[in-house]
Amino acid sequence: MTPERLAYMANQIATFFRSRPEAEAVAGTEDHLLKFWDPRMRAELLAHVAAGGAGLNPIARQAAERLAGCVAPPVRR
Amino acid sequence: MSRVLANDRGTPPRLSEQQVSVLIDGHGITVPAGTSIMRAAVVAGIKIPKLCATETLEPFGSCRLCLVEIDGRKGTPASCTTPVEPGMTVHTQTERLSRLRRGVMELYISDHPLDCLTCSANGDCELQDMAGVVGLREVRYGYEGANHFGAKKDESNPYFTFDPTKCIVCSRCVRACEEVQGTFALTIGERGFGSHVSPGMDEHFFDSECVSCGACVQVCPTATLMEKSVIANGQAQRSVVTTCGYCGVGCSFEAELQGDRVVRMTPYMDGKANHGHSCVKGRFAWGYATHKDRITKPMIRATIEEPWREVSWEEAIGHTAAEFRRIQQKYGRGAVGGITSSRCTNEETFLVQKLIRAAFGNNNVDTCARVCHSPTGYGLKTAFGTSAGTQDFDSVLDADVIVVIGANPTEGHPVFASRLKRRVREGAKLIVADPRRIDLVRMPHIEAAHHLALLPGTNVALINALAHVVVAEDLIARDFVAERCEADDFATWCAFVSRPENAPEHVAGITGVPAAEIRAAARLYATGGNAAIYYGLGVTEHSQGSTMVMGMANLAMATGNLGRSGVGVNPLRGQNNVQGSCDMGSFPHELSGYRHISDEAARALFEAAWDVALEAEPGLRIPNMFDAALDGSFKGIYIQGEDIVQSDPNTHHVEAAMRAMECVVVQDLFLNETAAFAHVFLPGSSFLEKDGTFTNAERRISPVRKAVAPLAGLADWEVTMALSNALGYPMNYKHPSEIMDEIARLTPTFAGVSYAALDRVGSIQWPCNAAAPTGTPVMHIGKFVRGKGRFVVTEYVPTDERTGPRFPLLLTTGRILTQYNVGAQTRRTENNVWHSEDLLEIHPHDAENRGIRDGDRVALMSRVGETTLRAQVTERVQPGVVYTTFHHPITGANVVTTEYSDWATNCPEYKVTAVEVRPTNRWSQWQEESEVLRESTRRVAVAAE
Repeated sequence: MTPERLAYMANQIATFFRSRPEAEAVAGTEDHLLKFWDPRMRAELLAHVAAGGAGLNPIARQAAERLAGCVAPPVRR
Repeated sequence: MSRVLANDRGTPPRLSEQQVSVLIDGHGITVPAGTSIMRAAVVAGIKIPKLCATETLEPFGSCRLCLVEIDGRKGTPASCTTPVEPGMTVHTQTERLSRLRRGVMELYISDHPLDCLTCSANGDCELQDMAGVVGLREVRYGYEGANHFGAKKDESNPYFTFDPTKCIVCSRCVRACEEVQGTFALTIGERGFGSHVSPGMDEHFFDSECVSCGACVQVCPTATLMEKSVIANGQAQRSVVTTCGYCGVGCSFEAELQGDRVVRMTPYMDGKANHGHSCVKGRFAWGYATHKDRITKPMIRATIEEPWREVSWEEAIGHTAAEFRRIQQKYGRGAVGGITSSRCTNEETFLVQKLIRAAFGNNNVDTCARVCHSPTGYGLKTAFGTSAGTQDFDSVLDADVIVVIGANPTEGHPVFASRLKRRVREGAKLIVADPRRIDLVRMPHIEAAHHLALLPGTNVALINALAHVVVAEDLIARDFVAERCEADDFATWCAFVSRPENAPEHVAGITGVPAAEIRAAARLYATGGNAAIYYGLGVTEHSQGSTMVMGMANLAMATGNLGRSGVGVNPLRGQNNVQGSCDMGSFPHELSGYRHISDEAARALFEAAWDVALEAEPGLRIPNMFDAALDGSFKGIYIQGEDIVQSDPNTHHVEAAMRAMECVVVQDLFLNETAAFAHVFLPGSSFLEKDGTFTNAERRISPVRKAVAPLAGLADWEVTMALSNALGYPMNYKHPSEIMDEIARLTPTFAGVSYAALDRVGSIQWPCNAAAPTGTPVMHIGKFVRGKGRFVVTEYVPTDERTGPRFPLLLTTGRILTQYNVGAQTRRTENNVWHSEDLLEIHPHDAENRGIRDGDRVALMSRVGETTLRAQVTERVQPGVVYTTFHHPITGANVVTTEYSDWATNCPEYKVTAVEVRPTNRWSQWQEESEVLRESTRRVAVAAE
């Protein structure tokens, strides 16, 4: 899965939540990634963030960073 | 004519709190006021002779056979048109009545061919029956006078004939076309002796407006309208009540058989989804089940370049299991997955997801609902707490305002459409939101109060504008909202929709719908009485599909249109078991009953029952599987009853993903487009060949009963079970009823469902449990499943798929009445005579600018692909918008659709693709290559002697 595609999808999710207060928007985006994304997709997103996270909007980036901080790095299956 | 009318009570039931007692032939009977004498007599056990009357139609009183005598009244009134009155004493058999009835029959028979022994209705003819009942022994007028024996038989319809020589002009067919189907294709031409049934303006049936629903054939009392299959084979010897395998209406049918041969499918009168009605697909298009293209032997091959090799079931299953285990050992446990089918039964989809979670050991299971109604699941669960529509179909008969958004019921859900049209003819107001001028906008006796002809991709802007009007003009159901909904969310939502960017005057520039029209539609929805929303893939298949579902839920909550009959938010599901496949835990993040896989209590329940540890993380969705295949982490897939290469967007991308996999297993009736990339082919079984259940769009669980044996020897559930056993995870069900019992044990909303219960009551709408032992026709009465209803802010975000100089038109796709989904079934029936190719609808203005004439071959191009098809120049589409269907693989409409998808669910954005159209005289490169591929990958090696 390309980083561009993952970033695009994460941005879409963040865009839906952007109408909420920022903290809520970040939490909503993070929760969506946790509930609906396969761990390998999250792992690749985290790798993309670690590599600079090009193309991620601020909410998506924060959500990804929270993912990196609050869960163990997903293992690629 | 149909045997189902044998127990006919003559006239429709009447509902009334007032009861009326009468005496009929000395028997006292009490019935609701308004009931006809004829029906009251049947209730009392007395049959009155009849020919024009049937309980499926309003009484007409033309045949004069059902005459009765009433004490104290002159004459002999028709019992079908005469309602009971208190204290009435009726005589149904007197000398006078017998004489009159014989006289009437003599007149009928004097102009009727006496070929009963060779007539196709022999043994199933009401005229023949009535001749016997009235004791007809002679025809005093002879047969030499004027008659209709020379009238020509109309055989133009592929499924039934019209033989006017046998017509008694009872008008049942005309009335059925009007009252039941609502098409008004038939009429009685001329008068007196010249009276005759006329399709359109004395056209052939095929050339008329007839939609071949079969309602006329069903009610015909003679052989005038007769199925060609019965003419060819004779009357059935037995029948099996089952459920249609086509759309999400889920009609009940009687499969009528001679031995193992189906001779007719008859809509079942007691079917609660269809009440004895049908469409051209369910009633007539079942011939695919025995089509010569059916594959009935398992096949394998090492590469797709090789020809197929027929093998035993044991070898095919063993090979598949070995391949999946090899891939998992080499690439990891998550390198394989599967897709359940919305065309298969609940039991089969449950079993496939169990196979993947328990035997594959991961959650890489998804279903074809991913590409149609996954946003419905997300949106309605967020707003109301459950992933399903709120009403039963009959609810529409209590609606005062009906809103159809992004759905085309007369094409996609025709039996429900007939009921909707009936309600509109009774006076309900209709609002249609659709880029195209679909039939419901204006057709015989139907005209929408408002057609909101929005641009594709602007649904959310429109729903926000409708909400803006409701809030700005204080049309809110304040008591409902205060009692039933989250107060803070409501306040936030009100502030959001009140913003100027959501005002109709601003949104008009986005949607193309005039502000005054938006305001009028909003006022009608909010103040017109019971208001019901029905929607389809024109809502879900967008980058904001889930947002739009929540937007509609917001509007319904704000106006109090939930929790009773006549209102609600109702998805019209595309395939027969979309609802069921979602219910059964087919999504990678959910177990059956929509419980998240991370829910430890739910997971523990399944782990205990299945004796296996389950992954707690969601697996891959279908589009993610494709992406993962291309990046090398997903290598094997088991696909039951789904043709992803034809139905999923961006065909080039899908084909590349399929080529990247090492083991593709297709289980299907035919070698479909996906099978071109498969390494194992497992023959599937049609809905006639297995037991199980389907769940329709109104959450109705209906039985599917085996009418004939599986052509390949095994039903689909048996194949999945064999694969699981070969993988080392034991499954030992002896009958699908045992699978349903397991579903009921593990799924709270199905707790009261069993085959015994279904046999007893016919069908059940979930939730069915201790709290609702007989099921739940209408949901959210009193309170929402989640407690308080949740308003969600639904900001309009334009799709990234934009028109521009290279691709200035917007393509939107859909379906047509006579074809179904990828057409694998309907293309293998006579339905092809109506729609033998996908056409591109284009507005005359756009066509003229491009030098395109009606019927011209045109190239349809997007940034991802190109295909060639014929143009249909029509004002049905608005300027700037083109439309096509996706039923024919040779067209491959999805070669041009893109990978853009819904933000929440990845449901593809089929409804918005920027394209250009130009005249051409050649097929596209993809079409030429796919034709070669299709030929080369369908070769089957000749078995060695």
